[in-house]
Amino acid sequence: MTTAPVIPAASGTVAIRSEDLCRHYRMGETLIRAVDGISLEVRAGEFVALLGSSGSGKSSVLNLIAGLDRPTSGSVVVQDRDLAKLSREELAKYRLHVVGMVFQSFNLIARMTLAENVELPLRFAEVDRSKRDNLAREALQRVGLRSRLDHRPSELSGGEQQRAALARALINRPKLLLADEPTGNLDSHTGTEIMDMVREFNQQLGMTVVMVTHERALAERYAQRMIFLADGKLIDDRRNMPTAGERIQPA
Amino acid sequence: MKIPDLTELALRNLRESVLRNSLTTIGISVGVASLVAMLSLGTGLQQLFSQRLAKSGLFDTIFVSSRRDLRGMGREEERKGPTPGESRVLDEPARLEIERLPNVQEAYPDIRFVTELRYEDKPHLTMISALPQSAKSNDAFDGMQGGFFSSDAATEVILQKSFAEELLGKTPPLGTPEPAVAELAKPLLGKELTMRYAQRQAAPAPQPPLRPNDSAASDDSIAGTAYSVVSREQRLRIVGVADLDPESMRGPTRARVFLPLKLAESLHVMQPTDLREISRAASDQPVYASISVRIKNPAKVQAVEDAIKKMGFNTFSILDASNSLRQVFRVLYAFLGIFGSLALAVASIGIVNTLVMAILERRREIGIMKAIGASDADVKKLFFAEAGAMGILGGIVGVMLGWAIGQIINFGTNIWLKSQSLPPEHFWAVPLWLVVFSIVFAFLVSLVSGLYPAGRAARLDPVQALRYE
Repeated sequence: MTTAPVIPAASGTVAIRSEDLCRHYRMGETLIRAVDGISLEVRAGEFVALLGSSGSGKSSVLNLIAGLDRPTSGSVVVQDRDLAKLSREELAKYRLHVVGMVFQSFNLIARMTLAENVELPLRFAEVDRSKRDNLAREALQRVGLRSRLDHRPSELSGGEQQRAALARALINRPKLLLADEPTGNLDSHTGTEIMDMVREFNQQLGMTVVMVTHERALAERYAQRMIFLADGKLIDDRRNMPTAGERIQPA
Repeated sequence: MKIPDLTELALRNLRESVLRNSLTTIGISVGVASLVAMLSLGTGLQQLFSQRLAKSGLFDTIFVSSRRDLRGMGREEERKGPTPGESRVLDEPARLEIERLPNVQEAYPDIRFVTELRYEDKPHLTMISALPQSAKSNDAFDGMQGGFFSSDAATEVILQKSFAEELLGKTPPLGTPEPAVAELAKPLLGKELTMRYAQRQAAPAPQPPLRPNDSAASDDSIAGTAYSVVSREQRLRIVGVADLDPESMRGPTRARVFLPLKLAESLHVMQPTDLREISRAASDQPVYASISVRIKNPAKVQAVEDAIKKMGFNTFSILDASNSLRQVFRVLYAFLGIFGSLALAVASIGIVNTLVMAILERRREIGIMKAIGASDADVKKLFFAEAGAMGILGGIVGVMLGWAIGQIINFGTNIWLKSQSLPPEHFWAVPLWLVVFSIVFAFLVSLVSGLYPAGRAARLDPVQALRYE
């Protein structure tokens, strides 16, 4: 991925815009308002943290942006696509080409080697086998796992697994990196390692990053903007000066 | 996803739960094996019967007679074509013409007459019939003692079993077991018979009768259409004793003594039809009461029959009987196929079960695939590919298994047949079409079985699937 073109973080270009976004669902008799009228804008190249306690709706918002879920009402527009209006097939294409995702529990497929896990999105994108191998190798090199190509996820540490998941999220060169508690299962040292990598992608590749976390400290160290949610509503939206390390200048 | 990728992923998924998927595949194999076993039994039996029927000479023979022959014999009246009076004479040119029709193997006259045979100076009156050399392969002569005629014009004779009994004075009283053919043949083979018969001679060259008293009156004034009848004798050597039922339905075998065809023709024996032909302009050529036409391919009987009818003759064949026999086989086939498919139907439930289990187990994996960009169609195709792979593998193993079962049963049955001193039979056939059909069928059945699980996997909500550990 070292040859990936650098997309300048053109400030002002809107990457994500949601208007009165709602996601309600029924659990028995009660109506759960997981997301309840959220309107926000994320500019291209921004590093945004979604903060809130569990049940605040932050993961639900992320799933709506990721196109894994559909809003009950309101709209969410990503890169000029109104996700609510896309068909299931189009949403799958959107997830494949526009979004890269990392999860708290890594979500690698246990039966596949790292190389196979990383190239899986390329299979869905119908990329040729020879090209696929090279891209997967490059991506794993980028996260420092070049030597673990043929290992299975269970043979790796948590940090290594999350790095492999990052490599998989990057392989289709998406514009958007969505991370759901990416350090939740990691110790603080490994967590920092992962977050440094995410920041690197944000700054060097110009990816827009939306990270869900409940750790305010983590958000303060890496995010340029912090959005606070509670009970499915947006309660605060503030700019932040990341404290971790020097801001790496785009190459 | 592309087909090779899909296949690779599917095979890899199948390898992952080897035991469960193998058991499911074995289930399909057993289903396919039972289908193959049933259908190859059906095919084998049909082939066996067809061969037997072809050998019997019943289904590839057309009996041709002139429409002038007014004997109804219970046959359907011919309504089309010329009236009996205008019909052609069934003579030698007509026979040659019939023999030249496509798909005709041979056309030979049915020569049959009643006359006296003397054996050890005792007279025996019986029906005599002529046989072509091709009758040798007829299963009517299975179990014959001695041999067939050495040539088509040999002065030889084959006796029917009951006539042999009569010659030896051994006719068993009703209800007692018949003596074995071998026992009857022993004293008779190689012995000579004397046949006394009436020979028809064209009038212009009357030959002196052998015995003046027996000579028929001849009238020179009607030369050309007239003939004389002369009494003749012919010595014949007994070469065979056939073990066949005189009451059987076959025309030629209703006789009890058989002569080679060419010999019989050369004798110019006076036949009943000759009397009727007197009233017409008769040529020098012999006129036949009827002709048997043998067809190369039993399937062409109808076509040849139509062609002969067009020539203006009456025809008769046992085509209808063979048609209904084919119908019986079609029903048998359907039955065997349905029973064979039952096991495959049970196996297909196994596929559904295995795949539904796999979905439960791989819920999270499906969620992950969808989250990183797999479409519903990708997931559906993956499960289809897994079902299809199990179907094809099961089909291939099943065909081999079915074939092996067939071989074992064939082997066992032939040992039994041998112990009953019967000739071995091959009543088990696995034709190529059955192999291909079975594998394709197993594939299709497993795809149908994969329909529900694949649809269910494709509809899985990724958010739900990823929520729980």
